Amino acid sequence: MFEDHTATMTFLLVGLLAIYMAGIILPPCFPGKPRIQNLVAHGLAAGAGLAGIALGLAGLLAPEPWTASVESTIPFLTFAIRLDPLASFFVLTISVVGLAASIFALGYVTEFYGRSSIAAMGSLFNGFLLSMTLVVIADNGFFFLIVWELMSLLSYFLVVTEHQKADVRYAGLFYLIMTHVGTMFIMLTFLIFFQGAASFSFEAFRHPEQPLPGGMRMLAFLMALLGFGAKAGIMPLHVWLPYAHPAAPSHVSALMSGVMIKTAIYALIRVYFDFLGGQFPWWWGFVVLLVGTTSALLGVMYALMENDLKRLLAFSSVENIGIILLGLGAAMIFHAYGLKELAALGLLAALYHTINHAMFKGLLFMGAGSLLYAAHTRNMEEYGGLLRRMPWTGLFFLIGAISISALPLANGFVSEWLVFQTLFLSLQLPALFLKLMLPIAAALLALTGVLALVCFAKAFGLSFLALPRSSHARHAKEVPMAMRIGMGLLAVWCLGLGLAPMIVVPRLDRVIGPLTGVSISDKVLALDGWALAPVNVQFSSISPPMLAAMLIACGLLGLFLAFLFGGHLVKRSYKTWGCGINLSPRMEYTATGFVQPIKRVFSTIYQPTIKLETEFLEESRYFAKRRRFAFHIEPVFEKYLYSPVVHVFMRIADRLRILQAGSLHLYLAYIFVTLVVLLLFAV
Amino acid sequence: MVLQAISLVIAQTIVLLAVSPFLVGLIRKVKARFQCRQGAGVFQPYADLAKLFRKQPVISTTTSWIFPATPYILFASTLSAGLLVPAFASQTPMNFAGNIIALVYLLALGTFFLILAGLDAGSAFGGMGSSREAIVASLTEPAMILSIFAIALTAGSTNLSTIVHKTALMEGIVTDPSPHLMALAALFIVAIAETGRVPVDNPATHLELTMIHEAMVLEYSGRYLALIEWAAGLKLLVFLTLIANVFAPWGIATSLEPAALSIGLATYLMKVSGLAVVMGVIECMFAKLRLFRVTDLLGVAFILALLGLIFFYILRG
Repeated sequence: MFEDHTATMTFLLVGLLAIYMAGIILPPCFPGKPRIQNLVAHGLAAGAGLAGIALGLAGLLAPEPWTASVESTIPFLTFAIRLDPLASFFVLTISVVGLAASIFALGYVTEFYGRSSIAAMGSLFNGFLLSMTLVVIADNGFFFLIVWELMSLLSYFLVVTEHQKADVRYAGLFYLIMTHVGTMFIMLTFLIFFQGAASFSFEAFRHPEQPLPGGMRMLAFLMALLGFGAKAGIMPLHVWLPYAHPAAPSHVSALMSGVMIKTAIYALIRVYFDFLGGQFPWWWGFVVLLVGTTSALLGVMYALMENDLKRLLAFSSVENIGIILLGLGAAMIFHAYGLKELAALGLLAALYHTINHAMFKGLLFMGAGSLLYAAHTRNMEEYGGLLRRMPWTGLFFLIGAISISALPLANGFVSEWLVFQTLFLSLQLPALFLKLMLPIAAALLALTGVLALVCFAKAFGLSFLALPRSSHARHAKEVPMAMRIGMGLLAVWCLGLGLAPMIVVPRLDRVIGPLTGVSISDKVLALDGWALAPVNVQFSSISPPMLAAMLIACGLLGLFLAFLFGGHLVKRSYKTWGCGINLSPRMEYTATGFVQPIKRVFSTIYQPTIKLETEFLEESRYFAKRRRFAFHIEPVFEKYLYSPVVHVFMRIADRLRILQAGSLHLYLAYIFVTLVVLLLFAV
Repeated sequence: MVLQAISLVIAQTIVLLAVSPFLVGLIRKVKARFQCRQGAGVFQPYADLAKLFRKQPVISTTTSWIFPATPYILFASTLSAGLLVPAFASQTPMNFAGNIIALVYLLALGTFFLILAGLDAGSAFGGMGSSREAIVASLTEPAMILSIFAIALTAGSTNLSTIVHKTALMEGIVTDPSPHLMALAALFIVAIAETGRVPVDNPATHLELTMIHEAMVLEYSGRYLALIEWAAGLKLLVFLTLIANVFAPWGIATSLEPAALSIGLATYLMKVSGLAVVMGVIECMFAKLRLFRVTDLLGVAFILALLGLIFFYILRG
């Protein structure tokens, strides 16, 4: 039995690698035939996605972690992989979104025919998916860093697909710098572990020869939080997300926002609960909780103010990473106090939200891509009335919006509910400070949740409802079948994950078990799996299937009552009352206007500046000739945190410029001096 | 057992549907008497609903399927939320289906679709209503979660039925009621804001400067409007039930004896009617606040709930 399993896993993994490699190599073999390049690249990526789903499921069900390794000639580097439940879970998540994004791309990249190289896009896309998969299964620090860097670079190349545009190049550069700052911290983390382990193998990290002293462990914690946090997009390291994610082609944005930032969550869990063995003081968890709350609240607040749909989604990713970190932080606090079951519950909530966010953010980015494909703009002020023109895209986007707003019957509701319960169970903690802080975090999460609701009511309402606001929107048509299938696939996952937690929870329990040492599946699933309860059924419970049944029954009751009291009446259609004149799109509420009250209430955070210039007629100051209105929100982090740093760097670079005088003789002298110095050292 | 549960659910559905228009009428009557008017009878809302159901609905040509679907979704989500709250019997069969968070999010589902429907017709009024509803909803929810949690601490549960049942049986009774009183005040403010009552919103106005809820549903007519009005009444009843039974569950049927149930029903009607009268009186005593002053009121609710929480821990030691 066990050997069978190994054989299956080997077969699946080799198959996965082979298909991705084919997907990288084959597309350039058909020069000048973009259709075939598209089909080959994204067809193979979809096939690899299927293999990845199988591999992920097999890994989740396997009784033991599965390992394999190939030695290399480079010291400390072993191409070691290990498929434990945690890695398998992330392989599954990556593959599901990868599959959907590949199918979506079959239709979406037709936009790029003749504009960009489809072969390059296709190869990079396959490479990107492959590198993400390798990141989560790597079992050697050196190897991990190589594939991590590969993932960053390939995604950078994909971001700058439309490098003809200056803002895309800027976004790419910003991303490249931020991700490398992050990588530096990750390297430091691994070097700290290397101190104790004397090897880069993850097994040695777990069981070091000399246990690391407390100070070094703390340093490792902070470095990992900074390094992986830069990738995950925690505040204030999130600044690259709203540039890079919108600049990339939409199927790539779906992958970057949906899954790439999740690899950082994977790594954080791996470092804190696996390498450090869950041995940490409570304040580590509190730091993570604080970062999570800040990211969640500020992320959604900035998302609300965006009118560029893809930037809005990027900011919302910051929010959701925050929610995941809330779960993780609470889990770390509970773990530090030895409340293992609650720690497991927090991890369950975090992982559940991880897969949920992958599904709905992938879906929403594809929806945004469909709108871009159909209406040729990302500006929500130029959409409107698209639900009648693109019914399928509209329906899928609505499902995504409901999921991300954590409304009942979709997946976001279940995971946010679990995060709430985890925070509420802080009443079992011994420390008064934390007893107060965790419910406050829950209240702020409630604020985050409702602001997300408003944000996505805005995104859906302004884009899909009422009258079209531009000729682009008026002439928009439904997107090709492949794009609809890609979105439909993730929409089904969103609903499935929301309605069937009894299937999801036992699988996640296998992931959490090895990390916390307890199994909570039986306690979380109450009433034969029909209800979810946070460890204690007396404390609280929900039953998504029951809620669905109730909602449907009550909806039918409404229909019945309408029929009972009113009978069958034919509806009459008539135009909306426009105060006596014909209704035009200019009379509709705008996206900016919709969120104006929120902007005003939270003006301390937004620091909005409004500029109103009026040019008066020469004859009289009572008549305006022209008015210009400009409004913008202070990018606080960029202005007060990043600009000074960039400024200092630029000044140092200016000073160093004298070294680079352009004279060959001088450069030869540098080499000579270096050589002499090195020789002196050698002696 | 299953039969009993189903009949209890059906009974609660009927009670909720039947009582909610009465409360709306009662509040209107109280307001009328305070304004020295005779006012319409307390059963007028029933006649209004019946009339609306029989009218032919007019649908705007600019709308999508969201517009006609919203009244049903709103009605379903509000009624489902109502079934999670124990009304006349402390142990609702739906207890396991959802706790207080589920209730909050069920109501949010209705709000979400109402905001969309407000935007759908394309008129500026709808958008205005949606935009204002959005800010009021954002500010009420944190206060609501925190106040409920302050209460849940005493009962050791966030399931409404468990809270009510334990409090009714005097289990886990508090020595000092101050945390409860603070949470009660917070929840009352939240209820006023969520149900669109003065001083946050005025259900009797159609003036574009002030309306919130009415602006969102301005384009509705016929059976759609009837369902929305009924759902608004239900939401009011859900909040009053919540306040009545969480803070003063006494009299509620803790067993399923016919006698206990009838006493439970009678006291329930008295409690929610009493609260409705209080709401009517408040509506008469205060002027409607400007939209940007509502923030302060809801800020007070949040702080009260937070104080309740802090007091609970301090008193417990």
